[in-house]
Amino acid sequence: MANHQNNGNANPETSHGLRLKVGLAEMLKGGVIMDVINAEQAEIAEKAGAVAVMALERVPAQIRAEGGVARMASPAIIKEIMATVSIPVMAKCRIGHFAEAQVLQELGVDFIDESEVLTPADELHHVNKHAFKTPFVCGARDLGEALRRIAEGAAMIRTKGEAGTGDVVHAVKHLRQIVKDMRHLTVMSEEELFAAAKDHRAPYELIRMVANAGKLPVPNFSAGGIATPADAALVRQLGAEAVFVGSGIFMSDSTHLASIEEATSRARAIVRATTFFDDPKVLAETSAECTGAMKGLAVAGMDAASMMQTRGW
Amino acid sequence: MQPIPIVGVLALQGDYESHARALEQVNAQPKMVRTAAELEQVDGLIIPGGESTTFLKLLEREGLFAPLEKFARTRPTFGTCAGCILLAKRVTHPEQESLGVLDATVERNAYGRQIDSQIVTGETSLPGGPLEMVFIRAPRLTELGSGVEVLATRDHYPVLVRQNNILAATFHPELSHAGSVTERDSPDDLGLNPDRRVHQYFAQMVFDASQQVKNSGSSTEPRRVQILAAERE
Repeated sequence: MANHQNNGNANPETSHGLRLKVGLAEMLKGGVIMDVINAEQAEIAEKAGAVAVMALERVPAQIRAEGGVARMASPAIIKEIMATVSIPVMAKCRIGHFAEAQVLQELGVDFIDESEVLTPADELHHVNKHAFKTPFVCGARDLGEALRRIAEGAAMIRTKGEAGTGDVVHAVKHLRQIVKDMRHLTVMSEEELFAAAKDHRAPYELIRMVANAGKLPVPNFSAGGIATPADAALVRQLGAEAVFVGSGIFMSDSTHLASIEEATSRARAIVRATTFFDDPKVLAETSAECTGAMKGLAVAGMDAASMMQTRGW
Repeated sequence: MQPIPIVGVLALQGDYESHARALEQVNAQPKMVRTAAELEQVDGLIIPGGESTTFLKLLEREGLFAPLEKFARTRPTFGTCAGCILLAKRVTHPEQESLGVLDATVERNAYGRQIDSQIVTGETSLPGGPLEMVFIRAPRLTELGSGVEVLATRDHYPVLVRQNNILAATFHPELSHAGSVTERDSPDDLGLNPDRRVHQYFAQMVFDASQQVKNSGSSTEPRRVQILAAERE
């Protein structure tokens, strides 16, 4: 009989499993993961130097503009993308939707993003990610959320930011929050760490691990509103080890695609800025090479109900 | 005291930090390399794991391809996974450009996708017995030239090879651990015992090469000597 302890249809996770999952995340460091909705975009992303692509039916800006229930991408599109590029292919499942995750694992995607960008399928529980052989990435707004996801088996954390806006403000907010929370732990006494575990609503063992290492036990990437080379450099300098770019490359605004030339130039420029994130000379060059940025949507003017980042528990 | 050779780590993308940490653990001195000028300051170079297509794009755009090719023709150069793909003369699945300094054919993603990634223990001629090897979306060396020495194998396929100044691994020695791990370990290598024999081997290659240069007197470049702090952390 199926049970929720092992709903990934795979062997229960071994230590090897976790090391392999985090190992792939390590290989993506310093790179750019790009959202794509078809094989043509995936090819453009790969040629521009993306380290991986995220297969989606609609990018976050479109989901935001069109509304409706946002679900896992169709297997046909995912398979076509996997057949087209040689780099890792990721895909999103809805929060808590372990059956979508089972489908994605069966398709052979290299990483699953349990994402707030899609409409959540469970208002209390996230997927038990230990039950899967495929690694997961999850979004977080603060350290407690990051550690709850890691406790569930996430092999990579990314900031949530506010997806599909082209406004980097909340990616910055979340990254700064996580970094600050971690720094606080490093100076705490043993007693204080127990209290911190309670405050962060996170397992004590993980709190102690962060207190010792000063960083998350898995790679820490940034996502949500990154739209320009300078945005990528900003989050890298704030401590993100790699970046996800969603709508920022292929969209000119919430409903219209950018031209192929424009998308290519943005993709190449963001890849370069992510590698040379601390070299202002290269950043100036690459910002000049890059034509246009998505029009975007200022997060400060949005009402709470239209925010995606509050999804996830 | 002997000057400690500086070992560069190509830091365009990938797990360059894991390699830098591994080098420190064998008392070598790592230096991140992202430009041709930085490449000139190192005695040997590691090309890490990551995405080989991304490496190629950045190498070409930064004008680093030719300097790297020149470096790897004579200086100690070690490629792991994506780095191994970059070093090989012939790349298949799909075909792509490479530095062509290792007489070998390498097949990309030969074992399959991430779900087929594996940690195995295999035979090696390095002292200390079998070696734990972490394969992540790994390539496979399908053909080797006669001048290439095999240092480790997995299911009879070569996985660690050397040709003169070139060392190449299809796995990730920067992630290898010694001994068996029975409990679920920390995701970040905390509390585990790393196996650094491969990095030790490469650090020795770099050291030997730098001694040769010194003894032949052909090097006129001033070399910065930095003493490694005994306790780094």
